[in-house]
Formats: sequence, C-alpha cells, structure tokens
Amino acid sequence: MIEVAENKCDFCGCCVGVCPVNCIELKEADIRIDHELCIDCDICVFICPIKVLSQTDPKRTSSSEAA
Amino acid sequence: MWKEQREFDCIVVGGGPAGSTFARTAAQGGLSVLLLEKDRDIGVPVRCGEAVSDAGLRIFFEPNPRWIASTITRIKLVAPNETVVEFDLSEKGYILDRRIFDYDLAEYATKAGAVVVTKAYVDGLLIEDDKVVGVKGTHIGERFEKRAKIVIGADGVESRVGRWAGLETTCKLKDMESGIQKTVTGIDVHEHMFEFYLSKRWAPGGYLWVFPKGKNKANIGLGITGSYAKDGKAAQQYLDEFLEWKYPQASVLTTVVGGIPVAKTVKEMVSDGIMLVGDAAHTVNPVTGGGIVSGMRSGLLAAETAVKALNNTGPSKKNLVPYEKAWHKVGGKNHERFYRIKETIYQFEDDDLNRIADGFSDIPENERNLFKLFSIAVRKKPSLLIDVARVFTGV
Ligand SMILES: Cc1cc2nc3c(=O)[nH]c(=O)nc-3n(C[C@H](O)[C@H](O)[C@H](O)COP(=O)(O)OP(=O)(O)OC[C@H]3O[C@@H](n4cnc5c(N)ncnc54)[C@H](O)[C@@H]3O)c2cc1C
Ligand code: SF4
Ligand code: SF4
Repeated sequence: MIEVAENKCDFCGCCVGVCPVNCIELKEADIRIDHELCIDCDICVFICPIKVLSQTDPKRTSSSEAA
Repeated sequence: MWKEQREFDCIVVGGGPAGSTFARTAAQGGLSVLLLEKDRDIGVPVRCGEAVSDAGLRIFFEPNPRWIASTITRIKLVAPNETVVEFDLSEKGYILDRRIFDYDLAEYATKAGAVVVTKAYVDGLLIEDDKVVGVKGTHIGERFEKRAKIVIGADGVESRVGRWAGLETTCKLKDMESGIQKTVTGIDVHEHMFEFYLSKRWAPGGYLWVFPKGKNKANIGLGITGSYAKDGKAAQQYLDEFLEWKYPQASVLTTVVGGIPVAKTVKEMVSDGIMLVGDAAHTVNPVTGGGIVSGMRSGLLAAETAVKALNNTGPSKKNLVPYEKAWHKVGGKNHERFYRIKETIYQFEDDDLNRIADGFSDIPENERNLFKLFSIAVRKKPSLLIDVARVFTGV
C-alpha cells in the first residue's frame, strides 16, 4: 500500500501526472490515494521530488516493470 | 454572481498562464467564461524557474517591467568536468516574477469579462450522452455543479480533467521530470546570465539551472527524469548536494517542488465539449522544460477555436479539432522535433557532455550560438541534425 508521510507533501501534483489509474486526489493542501483503485505500481514513489510517498508492502521491490 | 448563472459558454479549470490566456481570449471573443482555481491565490505557489524569452512574451503583449526580475543576455554552460563555456544570446530573455505575472494574466481575463473564482476545486465532470456538459466541485466547503458548452482542462501537470473525459493524458515516468527549486539569497551571481549545469552527478536526465533575480538572489533548481528518479536518490538530495558544494553560504527563501512533463503533446487535445491546454496537454518544450509561453500559446489557439465553434454549430469534437491542427501548425511540429532531440541528449554520459563542451569551446566566442551547440551535441545522429536545423533556423 502507498503511504503518504504526514505533513511532508508539497501538493505539487507530480505524482498525479504519472499515476496510470488516476487514483491520487490532490486539493490545495490535501492528498489522498484511493487504495481500491491503486495498482501498487510504485511510479508515484519514484517520481516524488521529496520522497514523501512510500510502499508499505515489504514484499514489493522497486521493480522496473512499472516503467 | 457566478453561482446563480446556470450555464457558461466556457468553464476553465485552472488559473495558470494557459487557463488565464484562454479565458481572456475567449471573453474578448464574446463568450461567457468562468475560470475556477483551487488555490486561494492566483500565481502562488510559484512552481517555476520563471525563465521566458522576450520574443515569447511579445506574441501576447509588450513585456511589462513589473513582471521582470532580471533581463538575461548571456548564457553559461558548465560541463561535468567543470569546463565553462559562455556566449551572448541572440535573443534576450527574462526571469519573471510569476506571482505578479500570473496575477496580471488573470486580471486581464477579468477585464475582458471573464469571471475568476479562487478556492474552487473541481473534482469531476458532468457528462451526458458521452459529451462533457459541465463540472462539479467544492467552493469553500460548498458543493456546486455548473454547466458549460465547453470545459477547458488547464489544470497543469496534475491534470485529471482530460482523463475524466476519457482523453489519455497520463505522463510516462521517463517523460516526467521530477523537479525542485530553491530561491536563495546571499550569493553572488551574474545578474544577466542563465547558468546551466549539465552532468549525471548534478541532474541525471535533466539539468540544473541558476536563474538570477538580481545580483545576490537566484532561482536554483533542477529536474531529473523519472527513469533516474527510480534509482532512489530524490531530486531534493541532488539539489542539497549542489548547494552545499557551490553555495554553502546561501540562505534559502523558498523551496518548491514540481513535475515537468517533457513529453509529446497528448494525442487528442479535444473531445466533445472539452479542450486541454498547457501542461494538461503536455505543451512544455521537451528540451528546455519551458511551458509558460507554449502553454499560453495553446490557450490562445484553443480560445480562437472555441469562439468559432460556438458561433458555428457548437462544441462538437469536429468543431474543436481545428485547435489541435492549429497547435501542430504553430508549435507542434517543433515540439515533436524537440522531443526527438531530448530523447537523445538526456541519455548522454558525462564523457559525451565533456566532449561536446570541448568541441563547442573551440568555436570563437562571438560565433557561438544554440544552433551550433546542438549541432555538435547530435553530430553522431545525422537524422537529428535536420531536426536541430529546423528548430533553430526554421529551414
Ligand atoms: C520546478 C519547475 C521549474 C520550471 N521552470 C520553468 C521556466 O523557467 N520557464 C518556463 O517557461 N516554464 C517552467 N516550468 C514549467 C511551467 O511552470 C509550466 O509549464 C506552466 O506553469 C504551465 O502553465 P499551465 O497554465 O498549463 O499550468 P499551471 O501553471 O500549473 O496552472 C494550473 C492551475 O490549475 C489549478 N488546478 C489544478 N487542478 C485543479 C482542479 N481540480 N480544480 C481547480 N483548479 C485546479 C492549479 O492549482 C494551478 O493553479 C517549470 C516547472 C517546474 C515544476
Ligand atoms: S502506486 Fe501507482 S497506481 Fe498507486 S497511486 Fe502510485 S502511481 Fe497510482
Ligand atoms: S509528488 Fe510528492 S510532493 Fe508532489 S504531490 Fe505527490 S506526494 Fe506530494
């Protein structure tokens, strides 16, 4: 599951632009991930300029399949 | 009040340069326009290096001195081995103060008759018979639905409007630059010079910029492509290391992060009742990452088409497609060429970059220009030489 580090997000939208299933919701100062829709591709984790997002599932490695 | 008005000709989602330019042009063309911006202030935060060319601004208006933090006449490139090459630009550029610039663009739109509303977050589209007929969202805690003949997705890099309408706008990881910038003070910079640092160690698959805002202040930022961001080191870390090395004495005034889509323009920029402009349509120049002027240009062209469509038989896809055609005619062809050039130059190893800098240093300073630089850079790929010639000389 993708987790957002509390109070760290800058709300820049970079992750939203690459999310293949459009499941990240970004308001002026609020970010939410729809975990039902999320396919755990980890692309958002890679692209975030300040690494606010992380994959909590330890079994998943940062594989290249997503790219 | 916008809340009472049942329908607008156009609803623009997003108050950046692309959205405001659309709104102004469409309102000047006699359309009723509502622009919805989710943030509380137009132009804030500034997620941008703020560099533009003089010629780019002049497509729209005489550059206003109140927008300009620095005038740029010279360029400096730093190679991985710290070889420095400098030369005068054939065309001057500016570092803007985008807080003021974006604000003025929105004000121009209101003066032309558009209604601009901030704190208005759009979270979905009204769709009937597969046609977009409006938007829904929240304005200061209150739900709203508003109908429009055309909805314009000007919602930037985080665009969702197009995807809600079934247009494919997702940016590939390799085509997204993960960006960060700090505005710093307490440093010495050449106030009329763009500086670019090119190396995998500074910004893999992108570049690091130092854009002066006066003698002692600058926007210092970088973008790294998603493909490299995957390796685990964040854009932030690259920038912190650079500042520690080059400007340890700098005081940081602001830090912003952001994504820069260095992609091909989206395949479909329109559908029934919907148009996409600016970053939402991937109009950013894939080599430079510049998206202010190209976004405004797309906004202008889209509005011209919208005015014609609504004076004609309506906002059908067929009537909106001329915008796509106009974009490809004016900027799109060069955009594709820049994309091909980017695909090659972003893969250069540091050795390649050092060799290019050496080759370029051999040219006497007064004979250096961007065309010659890029020609040396793509020398090994003759097909790209043609692209370089076309984009820089217009042949
Ligand atoms: C770090 C960085 C440096 C850059 N440097 C330069 C540079 O030096 N020169 C240059 O030319 N370009 C630069 N760019 C690119 C440039 O900033 C963009 O291309 C430009 O801002 C695009 O304009 P736009 O109007 O399309 O989108 P934006 O300016 O991003 O505006 C989109 C607006 O839509 C709003 N919005 C989004 N979703 C919603 C919603 N659901 N409801 C309501 N409102 C919404 C946003 O809040 C935002 O205000 C840089 C980008 C970055 C990230
Ligand atoms: S992991 Fe993939 S699908 Fe899930 S939010 Fe991130 S980008 Fe979207
Ligand atoms: S890319 Fe990072 S900082 Fe930007 S909105 Fe996503 S989580 Fe927040």
